Amino acid sequence: MKARIVVTLAAALLAGSAFAADRIRVGFISTLSGPSAALGVDIRDGFQLALKMNGGRLGGLPAEVLIADDQFKPDVGRQAAQKLVQLDKVNFLTGIVFSNIMLASVPVAFENKTIYVSPNAAPSPLAGKDCNPYFFVASWPNDAYHEAAGQHATNKGYKSAYLIAPNYQAGKDSLAGFKRFYKGNVAAEVYTKLGQLDYSAELAQVRAAKPDALYIFLPGGMGINFIKQFVAAGLSQDVPLIVPGFGSDQDIIRPVGAAMLGLFDTAHWAMDLDNAANRKFVVAFEKEFNRLPSVFAAQGYDTALLIDAAVRDTKGKVEDVEAVRKALKAARFDSVRGPFKFNRNQMPIQNYYLRVVAKDSQGRLVNKTIGTVFKEHGDAYVQDCGMK
Amino acid sequence: MSWILILEQSLNGLQFGLMLFLLAAGLTLVFGIMDMINLAHGSLYMLGAFIASTFVQLTGSFTAGVLLAIPATAVVGMALEMSVLRTLYARDHLSQVLATFALILIINEVTRLIWGSDAALPGPAALSGPVELLPGLRYPAYRLLIIAVGLAVAVLLFILVTKTRVGMLVRAGASNREMALAMGVNIKTLFTVVFGVGAALCAVAGAMLAPLFAVQVGMGENILILAFVVIVIGGIGSIRGALVGAVLVGVVDTIGRAFLPILLGAFFQPRVASAAGPALASVMIYLIMAVVLYFRPQGLFPARG
Repeated sequence: MKARIVVTLAAALLAGSAFAADRIRVGFISTLSGPSAALGVDIRDGFQLALKMNGGRLGGLPAEVLIADDQFKPDVGRQAAQKLVQLDKVNFLTGIVFSNIMLASVPVAFENKTIYVSPNAAPSPLAGKDCNPYFFVASWPNDAYHEAAGQHATNKGYKSAYLIAPNYQAGKDSLAGFKRFYKGNVAAEVYTKLGQLDYSAELAQVRAAKPDALYIFLPGGMGINFIKQFVAAGLSQDVPLIVPGFGSDQDIIRPVGAAMLGLFDTAHWAMDLDNAANRKFVVAFEKEFNRLPSVFAAQGYDTALLIDAAVRDTKGKVEDVEAVRKALKAARFDSVRGPFKFNRNQMPIQNYYLRVVAKDSQGRLVNKTIGTVFKEHGDAYVQDCGMK
Repeated sequence: MSWILILEQSLNGLQFGLMLFLLAAGLTLVFGIMDMINLAHGSLYMLGAFIASTFVQLTGSFTAGVLLAIPATAVVGMALEMSVLRTLYARDHLSQVLATFALILIINEVTRLIWGSDAALPGPAALSGPVELLPGLRYPAYRLLIIAVGLAVAVLLFILVTKTRVGMLVRAGASNREMALAMGVNIKTLFTVVFGVGAALCAVAGAMLAPLFAVQVGMGENILILAFVVIVIGGIGSIRGALVGAVLVGVVDTIGRAFLPILLGAFFQPRVASAAGPALASVMIYLIMAVVLYFRPQGLFPARG
């Protein structure tokens, strides 16, 4: 009797798992609290917006998004990944903002053959020797914005550039990316303390060095502090400041204000990119959230569109991970950034644009696209990747 | 490296130090007089900045906004003291640390609910550019204002503490709390007033620094650590110590960041110098703290004899 009950239960469970294919479960881990929450919130809102515009479906199947907050801590992110992958058995994992948290969390997905689609972080190891069949990047390789900024400085003919970044791995990587495409002379390469508040000392050195251009990689609050102080010091009249795209996006423009006018930055997306998908996205985002979208919001939105297309192309057979991988690689969706395809290492090949902060027709501060820096640009690490 | 650069960096150090002083002055009074470790001091600094941003937007004037934010933050501080912190005085330091850390988290999230995660507070337009102090030395006008405000507050506090009756009670409380109690000082009210003054100083610092720094949730925690370094160097409970400690930390930190890499470059290979310079500069103030504690465990100007 007991044995029969067990068998019945097992059968019921099996039946349950076979039925699971009529819906999609997405695990979404992001930094949603603390000082750096603005980025995670934008990615989440972009993702949710795409889902909402799709009637709550991904690839025609009802979608359930399980959201977890990593609190900006790698160990919390990893625990959330374990729960989502092993307990909730999600079909896709996504959402993480920061490289260090992602590198701690994604091995859980890889070990369980769960696909991770990155809406932001794409550190160089995962582009090169540690590239992984279950890892897709819907944003841009970590170095790309910096490489584009370096190329822009070269195009402008700046003879000397002064570089500032925080003293940690991503800071050093960013300046390496800049230097890869900058052909002029590096006046100085300054590494500041992570989380530094006051930049008066560095600004005085910049003034004394009289460089042709200044490039900073100072994410989040550090960049807000620096740009405010840079303008107050009157340096903006003497030295052109270049920043990576996320360094002068809506989440920075809001707190800094008019001081941002005329700042140059490089990014893979801008609000004014002229394609149908983007126009639809920008209008819908502003209507839904009453604020303008940032690159992070665009990345979250694109991530949802990419998963949507892959599920649709596999006709909902999401248990077949190989088929899903193939469909993801084909990336048959209309990205808000325009042309998009995957490289051999499953990192994007796409265009990068030069943008400048200016006023739009309603007098709001926005990034305007003024040129293309790279066309169909990949990354420098793909040759180290063993994947075909 | 010219003397103008050295002068400019010294001004930067002085300015940074005076702002730290505003924070440290409140912290040292609370710590010294009430023997209370208040980690939520940084939260009041953050609240000061957010409240100021609201008032500046409402009134359209930087000065009016800042002047309104100061009493508003003081009221919030006093309400906090009367509702929560008062119950903690009798507890040990660990309970105080735990409870005020909880306050940090609560105030952060409440701030996010009310204002969102960041706010804009542009400085006065008239002071947005640099002024030429000397030929070749252009210095941001707004930073000069900060130096002036910092010095004015230091003088005001000095007069308040040394020349007035309240100041006398504060000094009595700091040097020997039990005796002050025995002499019939109304410690309860005194504590609330001191806490209010501390919160007002936080608001001055938060509002004045807002045009230079990011006004965002969590901004208080960063600067709180520096404020603690300042009061440990200066001697807990001593306003004079807070002033000297703050200027010392400000100048050492700024000069270290500016000139250590150059100095190291004279002795080592450029690669070593550029790697060691920033690392060494960021630990300079902690080195100073260690040295001061070794020779004068009570700090430079101990309040208690």
